[in-house]
Amino acid sequence: MDLVVALTLQVVYGIAHLVLISLGLAIVFGMMRVINLAHGEFLMLGGYTVVVSTNHGVNLWVAMLILAPLVVGIIGIIVERALIQFLYGRMVDTLLATWGLSLLFIGLVTTIFGAQTGTTISPPLGAVRIGDYSMSTYELLLIAIAAVLSLAVYLVLRLTRLGLMARATMQSADMASTLGVSTKRIYMITFGLGAAVSGLAGGLLAPLTGVLPTIGATYIAKAFITVISGGAAILAGTVSASVLLGGINGVASYLTGPTIGEVALLVAAIVLLRLMPRGITGRYFRKSL
Amino acid sequence: MPIDRRTFVKTSSAAALALAAPAIIGRAAADEHIKLVSILDQSGGLDIYGKPMVDATTMAVDEINEAGGLAGRQVELINYDPQSTIQFYTQYATQAAAGDKADVVHAGITSASREAIRPTLGRFNTLYFYNTQYEGGVCDRNTFCTGSTPAQTVEKLVPYAMNKWGKKVYIVAADYNYGQITAQWVKKYVTDNGGEVADTEFFPLDVTNFGPTIKKIQAAKPDMVWSALVGGAHISFYKQYGAAGMSKSIPIASTTFGVGNEHKLISTEEGDGILAAYSYFQEVDTPDNQAFVKRFQDKFGADAPYLNELATRSYEGIMLWAEAVKKAGTAERMAVIEALESGLSLAGAPSGPIAIEPKTHHGILNVYLAELRDQSFNIVETHAAQPPADTLLVCDLQANPDQAVFYFENGLEAAGIK
Repeated sequence: MDLVVALTLQVVYGIAHLVLISLGLAIVFGMMRVINLAHGEFLMLGGYTVVVSTNHGVNLWVAMLILAPLVVGIIGIIVERALIQFLYGRMVDTLLATWGLSLLFIGLVTTIFGAQTGTTISPPLGAVRIGDYSMSTYELLLIAIAAVLSLAVYLVLRLTRLGLMARATMQSADMASTLGVSTKRIYMITFGLGAAVSGLAGGLLAPLTGVLPTIGATYIAKAFITVISGGAAILAGTVSASVLLGGINGVASYLTGPTIGEVALLVAAIVLLRLMPRGITGRYFRKSL
Repeated sequence: MPIDRRTFVKTSSAAALALAAPAIIGRAAADEHIKLVSILDQSGGLDIYGKPMVDATTMAVDEINEAGGLAGRQVELINYDPQSTIQFYTQYATQAAAGDKADVVHAGITSASREAIRPTLGRFNTLYFYNTQYEGGVCDRNTFCTGSTPAQTVEKLVPYAMNKWGKKVYIVAADYNYGQITAQWVKKYVTDNGGEVADTEFFPLDVTNFGPTIKKIQAAKPDMVWSALVGGAHISFYKQYGAAGMSKSIPIASTTFGVGNEHKLISTEEGDGILAAYSYFQEVDTPDNQAFVKRFQDKFGADAPYLNELATRSYEGIMLWAEAVKKAGTAERMAVIEALESGLSLAGAPSGPIAIEPKTHHGILNVYLAELRDQSFNIVETHAAQPPADTLLVCDLQANPDQAVFYFENGLEAAGIK
């Protein structure tokens, strides 16, 4: 019984982990059709923001929940103004440009901070016991944060004026701009928001994984697989794909081992995309966000 | 600014030329020098290992030149960065052997990189040093492997850890040849010492979520966990293990923890009590080592990385080669090989006396067991002059010098491992 509870929580955490690393990408790729190969580096920069600011005495929670999204959001806006805005609608060019950007970020961070950055941040809050098993309280908190973050994205898109304009711009930019929406600004804000969500995720994961300039590479493939399996509806898609792939990965990892766990995740994504080429939300939850 | 293809090609080729210029000029001016080529990853995922190795290499060559060079000639160091990509290793090895006409090549971090370049260097008759701890089994007259192998470290750490903590061991290892093979050796020594292996799990190098495995470890209730995890992503394991409150209840022993300076990247609560074994720690308490560490820190200042076995062995590998050149009076390949095979040893080395074992071209090394406290290693046991017992089972270059093989499977079989 304890094992069932502990394992269920672990699988739910695996799902939350996928939601966190994919949500920023879902906003940028799902809404704007910008293939952001520097997504992993946005997560990495979030992690570095936390490490650098805590090394300078900033409180860990402030660093994770406020500074990381703020700093990476600003970097996102600069990137959009300086690079992405010239490349809308040119998918291959964006792909190359953001790949270059990812190399640039890795190079810059390595130059400034070195190949490894001394840090002693570890997950706060200790562990909870479940019978014979124990689990990091911080991982449970991340599950809650992933849920709150998804809800917040939903509410912003559904209920605010900004969300309405953003959805209008993504559906038909020309029509939106004839109606007086500054599509340029919307693109900029959306990209910045996507970057901020990635920064927050990267900051939150830093205590659990540590940071290295090259850590982004471990996230990027899974984030893309999740978003693409999710399909057009960014939120419902990301969450449903995370539940499916994260669940399969968690159970398979427990039953066999991590190698088969990773293979199971990839096989599930391939089968899913063969059956539903437009992702989960290309067939189900079509009206959702 | 829109960048078209033409300007891109122009600027990027100009930049490439500018970067290559010092190397081209330097080469033209220094033809009478002895050439030492170093190929180590300074960027990409392996740079956490490569950068300190390059620093130590630079220091070794500088010290040789300050002391007047070798056989009356200065040593010229040519550094290549293969960027954690095997393809570049092959390319630079060919460049070193055929283009630079190097007298010796010190190169390679992963076993995969070594196996990519070893045949090339053999074909061009270019002397090769591999200064990294690895799984053992290379049997090649042209190659010297100065790093420690499992029989040297695992054999010593297993009984020490089992005495301290108990007999049931859970193994977690990186999923490539080094991790797989090290796990086999761990299993052998655990069984030999009357223990049992609860389970063995292998992890691809980019796994960062260790939750399901930590649950399995909790279910299996072993007395200790043995880690042969490798690389940046796997540091997550120690953090998540600590976060689940496990580092207090089930301790960890490892022969890979620390060589990527992992102990500086996790907190004291997560790291305290971890046992490690290498043929070198920065904390080795001898006057030779203290002087070495001081010279290194003076040279590289506040940014000087922690000196682990890989970095220090890169220094010592070059110094061993230099001793052999001095003894032979020339940098000519066969003369140097024969000098090294004469049982030549390096006195005053930071890790203690090192000698080349002539049958295998591997090192006879001191092995240290250490326990982590407050991010530094306290040495608890020292085993002097350990031979490469695993490679000795399969390799005898004196009986049969014309070999250039990697005997891995045979090594396991000869040790009685299926």
